[in-house]
Amino acid sequence: MASLRDIKGRIDSTKKTKQITKAMEMVSASKMSKAELNAKSFVPYGEKIQEVVKSIAANNPDASHPMLEKREVKKTGYFVITSDRGLAGAYNSSVLRNLYQTIQKNHQSTDEYTVIAVGRMGYDFCRKRGIPVAKSILGIADQPNFSEIKELASETVQMYIDGEIDELNIFYNHYVSAISQQVTTTKLLPITDLKATGSTSEYEYEPNQEQILNVLLPQYAEALIYGALLDGKASEHAARMTAMRSATDNADELIGDLTLSYNRARQAAITQEITEIIGGVAALE
Amino acid sequence: MRTLTVSVVTPDGPVLEDNFEMVSCKAETGELGILPGHIPLVAPLSIGAVRLKRDNGIERLSINGGFMEVRPDKVTILAQSAELPADIDIERAKEAKSRAEGRLQSKQDDVDFQRAELALKRALNRLDVGQ
Repeated sequence: MASLRDIKGRIDSTKKTKQITKAMEMVSASKMSKAELNAKSFVPYGEKIQEVVKSIAANNPDASHPMLEKREVKKTGYFVITSDRGLAGAYNSSVLRNLYQTIQKNHQSTDEYTVIAVGRMGYDFCRKRGIPVAKSILGIADQPNFSEIKELASETVQMYIDGEIDELNIFYNHYVSAISQQVTTTKLLPITDLKATGSTSEYEYEPNQEQILNVLLPQYAEALIYGALLDGKASEHAARMTAMRSATDNADELIGDLTLSYNRARQAAITQEITEIIGGVAALE
Repeated sequence: MRTLTVSVVTPDGPVLEDNFEMVSCKAETGELGILPGHIPLVAPLSIGAVRLKRDNGIERLSINGGFMEVRPDKVTILAQSAELPADIDIERAKEAKSRAEGRLQSKQDDVDFQRAELALKRALNRLDVGQ
């Protein structure tokens, strides 16, 4: 049986761990609400740009642009959004498992795909398994702004335009609610889901349609990437908050169990001492 | 006087939404002036200042790339970034300007050159609007 001192030590260290997880939970909760707000403030931009792209596509069914056309897929790009740090429950592992399974299922050789990684966890994962990483960005802020991701996003879109990759899929955690995040896989490029929506108004194009598409489509793709990143960040903080809350709960439980065995051990020691004293007295008589 | 609703949105959130009498901005093909009742139009914007006019004066915004969507009573500017004069960090823009100038001086490959040129344009635009 563990000595009293041992148990006391474990109780103390568990209490300290609990303090930390509790603090991290609260920090993540506040970051989550900010990230949620960021994701919300992106919505008008995302919706508007989608509306314009759709209305152009709907009014000009014969509009052609490399980013709209399907081509034979020789190389697939995977855009993976993970966090830089762990301690976020299944946040990273579920995205990465999904990515790994997809790669295993669809590809035979490493020439057929490449990964663009956001976040250290995704980057390390791919490096360890010999998955080629074309581009990566580490150390994205907790509340990212567009300029941080802009470069990576436009380079990625450029890779597609240059024909380095023939399609682009994005893997990230979609923020459903504070307690639920869902791994989402979306095909970003080529842009195919541009079916006409309700409001279609005829536009004049200045200077012309083709030029507009040249400007608009890369921006649209970048906006989608940024939207996914914001969504992913909100999920990250939510996942970390949930993970830290359950860690705190577990610590509470552990402390309860340890306190119980501490009291038992203390009682046992007292009983033993009494028995010894009585034994000693009996021997003297 | 008839007015237009102008809204400026960026990926980081809406910057401005208000009624104005006239919008003038720099599109990639040249200056554009929009009055109420304009036919629907889509035009890409270059780095430059957007001037929004109403009876009590002119408001200026620095816009960095993007495009505008015009409807008869509404103008939406979708920019990659947009700043009101009050939000512009002049010191930072000055630094960016001298950095970009330095890079332009030293001979480098095309990509870097283009990037520096764009950075310089952005910095000049910010300074222009901010001062």
